[in-house]
Amino acid sequence: MDAVIRRRLLMLGPLGIAAAGSGVFWALLLRMQQGKYDPHALQSMLVGKPLPDFTLPGQAPSAGFSNTDVNRGKLPALVNFFASWCIPCVEEASALDGLARQGVTIWGIAYKDKAAATAGFLTRYGDPYHQVARDADGRTAINFGLYGVPETYVVDRTGIVRLRYAGGLSSDSVNDTILPLLRKLA
Amino acid sequence: MIPELGHFALALAVALAAAQAVLPIVGAQSRDPRLMAAGPALAVGQLTALLAAYGCLIWSSVVNDFSVYDVAMNSSSTEPLFYRITGTWGNHDGSILLWCLVLAICGGAVALFGRGLPSALRARVLGVMGIVSAGFLLFTLTASNPFRRMWPPPIQGAAINPLLQDPGLAIHPPILYTGYVGFSIPFAFAVAALLEGRVDATWGRWVRPWTLAAWCFLTCGIALGSWWAYYELGWGGFWFWDPVENASLLPWLTGTALLHCAIVVEKREALKTWTVLLAIATFSLSLCGTFMVRSGILNSVHSFAVDPTQGVFILVLLAITIGGSLALFAFRAPVLAASGVFAPISREGALVLNNVLLCSLCAVVFTGTAYPLFAALFHVQLSVGPPYFHLTVVPLLVPLFLAMSVGPVLAWKRADLAPALLRLWWAGAIAALIGIGTEFGLHRAFAAAGFAAAAWLILGAFAELVERVRLFRIPLGNSWSRLRAQPLGVWGGAIAHAGMGVTVAGIAGMSLALSTIVAVAPGQTIAFGGYQWTLLAMHDVPGSDYTAHVADLRIMRDGRQVAVVHPSLRTFGQQHQTVTDTSIQTNLLRDLYIALGGEQDGKVVLRLHVNTLAAFVWLGALVMAFGGALSLVDRRLRVGAPARRGAVGVPA
Amino acid sequence: MSRMAAPRLAAAFALLLLAGGPALALSSPSEMLANPVLEKRAEAIGMQLRCVVCQNESIEQSDATLAAQFRAIIRRRVMEGWSDKRIMDWMVQRYGTFILLRPPFDPMTWVLWGAPAIALAVGGVAVALARRRHPERPEPLSPAEQQRLADLLK
Repeated sequence: MDAVIRRRLLMLGPLGIAAAGSGVFWALLLRMQQGKYDPHALQSMLVGKPLPDFTLPGQAPSAGFSNTDVNRGKLPALVNFFASWCIPCVEEASALDGLARQGVTIWGIAYKDKAAATAGFLTRYGDPYHQVARDADGRTAINFGLYGVPETYVVDRTGIVRLRYAGGLSSDSVNDTILPLLRKLA
Repeated sequence: MIPELGHFALALAVALAAAQAVLPIVGAQSRDPRLMAAGPALAVGQLTALLAAYGCLIWSSVVNDFSVYDVAMNSSSTEPLFYRITGTWGNHDGSILLWCLVLAICGGAVALFGRGLPSALRARVLGVMGIVSAGFLLFTLTASNPFRRMWPPPIQGAAINPLLQDPGLAIHPPILYTGYVGFSIPFAFAVAALLEGRVDATWGRWVRPWTLAAWCFLTCGIALGSWWAYYELGWGGFWFWDPVENASLLPWLTGTALLHCAIVVEKREALKTWTVLLAIATFSLSLCGTFMVRSGILNSVHSFAVDPTQGVFILVLLAITIGGSLALFAFRAPVLAASGVFAPISREGALVLNNVLLCSLCAVVFTGTAYPLFAALFHVQLSVGPPYFHLTVVPLLVPLFLAMSVGPVLAWKRADLAPALLRLWWAGAIAALIGIGTEFGLHRAFAAAGFAAAAWLILGAFAELVERVRLFRIPLGNSWSRLRAQPLGVWGGAIAHAGMGVTVAGIAGMSLALSTIVAVAPGQTIAFGGYQWTLLAMHDVPGSDYTAHVADLRIMRDGRQVAVVHPSLRTFGQQHQTVTDTSIQTNLLRDLYIALGGEQDGKVVLRLHVNTLAAFVWLGALVMAFGGALSLVDRRLRVGAPARRGAVGVPA
Repeated sequence: MSRMAAPRLAAAFALLLLAGGPALALSSPSEMLANPVLEKRAEAIGMQLRCVVCQNESIEQSDATLAAQFRAIIRRRVMEGWSDKRIMDWMVQRYGTFILLRPPFDPMTWVLWGAPAIALAVGGVAVALARRRHPERPEPLSPAEQQRLADLLK
């Protein structure tokens, strides 16, 4: 190969690397804008798998439930982790209420909360849950791969988890993400 | 009114920068002296406008004008005055304005101190800096305006993040930015050289001091950030390979390579292509690093949660600046006059090895930082943490450290390796002894290797001086007079290399650090690490905008009191945050580091560390910067023709 | 390296990170195991795992309550005699490879782990290619040519 051409190709190397890098950067920015990429969000390991085994005591007056109860109940369903000390949980109460009114079955799990505080929360902000259980020490949540509250898991008709929504639901996220998925799974 | 003035000044700066971007380069291409002379005037004008703009922002913060959005979000009247001022750069918009201001200062510096430059070169350099300035100023004005107003203004601002209310962190951004942005000057010189088609010793003479100055600031900036993390965050570590930490390291690595090449270009007219490429790469990495963090695509505690649309704007700016300069490099680099020839084993050859190793280090750190992004494209979630970096960086450091002491004793153009190595026998022997001794004494291989490397670097650093004075080969008196005649540049290089050795010693020492967590009741004494630690009392102390819960702790050793320290937890009422204030008692050889935790059953939880040689980590960086500063001062005294114009001041 | 937190408008994430309670910089000594060897092992495992809340600290360093819970789980498992690998696998099963500070070695990460070697190779090749353009040193003159040179110089 001609020496000059070889040199020019060599000199184009850095530009090539920069171009490749900016391509990656660009693609990720686009995805961020579309809401498809969030560097702080964790991918859930449960998606595509059945619910982990658990049996939890109930939050009076509700009885407790286990994963088999969820699988035998009406599906698709939602499993929602919440806590009275969690502010986004207060904010998502109305969104959950709306879902419950539309007939969606929501199983609630109070995460690391005192029974009295949870009861107060449910009285004050409404109880959209089919049943409420208590995960006082948080071990069940760890089996779910939870890293914050609130989190909502969508379970399909075969008992497989299809989505983990981390953070408080809003009417937008319900309309854009949860409801379409539930319709698809129905 | 003042914010409006500031806003206007910002807009004016954009216009001036745009003019600076176009006119001088056109003038240089068409050899029009008036257009070329416009460059310095425009640069100084832009600087004045930005000083005014930033002054207005500081003023707004000082007088608690909460109608300015950024002041309302990031400041409060309960803060001490100092933090109201330094807080202006503690948020996204203010820090970008600071970035632009430092860029303008660099442009102004070239305009003012570059009077001895050939006018075409100076015009091109200012033009390139104008292009960069114009781009970022436009971004600031349109997408990230610090003078945005909010109406109605809140009664009280939201207050600064308590972690930022700290003197070390307050001055960290300006110093770091001076380092980052300072490399825009060598960048501009490189692009100007490509435009002109010539790289020669004169060019090298101008590039070297600016590179040195920027490098010194960047070294200090990185060290300051690391030191802050050590004393503020309470877990006794000082570097986590967080993406933003890495982003500051990348330009430092290529900047160090650039520094060495600039010396060679000035002396030997060799390594021109390397120098130009490294100058472009260093500033490009500065840009990439700072702005990748701002765009929010990186997972880092430092990320400003910025809207992705801003990220797109930044990406376009980067594409134009970096892509444009690299494309120019691809086309014009081959026409640069042929460099001096040298044998593979020679000082130039050692510098090429140095470049390859430093650039490889840079590539590895970059890969580790960016890999999660790459994986995210394929919907794979990966994380790359300290263990990766330790495993990949250390193997590259070994040949680098070895070469650092050998390179300076090699002759230019062609050298013999074996005699050079033999001349370093004493450094190698002592290093080996230290390493073996440490291993036998402490059975800690990493520390042993680290101390050996440190000894090799420090002793080897002075090998060049030993060579030059022919120590023990000529009468000592003659050696002494030779020593005194050595130029500062040689001292500077030796001291800088030794500084690296000091830092390595500090890192090795920290691997021997001891730490524990204890719960003590008041009056109780704990024995740890050879010291006796007694909790005397607990009490509360109010501060300006916080309440501190303080522990009084007495540290004794062998029956003698070493210190009484007061670690505390500060609770900031307005921000509902509690921040730990560690106590560090140092005698330079070891740090006694205490962090206060909560209380449990009437006992107080304390984390105690004995950090061996912790201070050396940052002292080493200071020594490196000092060495750099010495070299900087040297050239001022020896520079040839350009100095005849009168005293040319030390830049930056 | 400034720790500038996202503005409070990061309620856009609406995720209350599990740092309930005061932001203590410490865990409690009651967490530590009595057996120092086991404690060291637990610490070493913990240093390999990323705190999913703070995300840029290991769980040993983090003050988040979830990190404290992870630390407790690890110590419990260490006392029960689980191997390091089994504990790590347990965590990865629930939180994914993201939680590993040291990325796994699989086809996805070959380039990552090969970065030092690849960088050196590319650098070496670039240098070698660049040097080829340097003019070769002229061959030493033959005796006849040397004689001719001497004649010309006379």
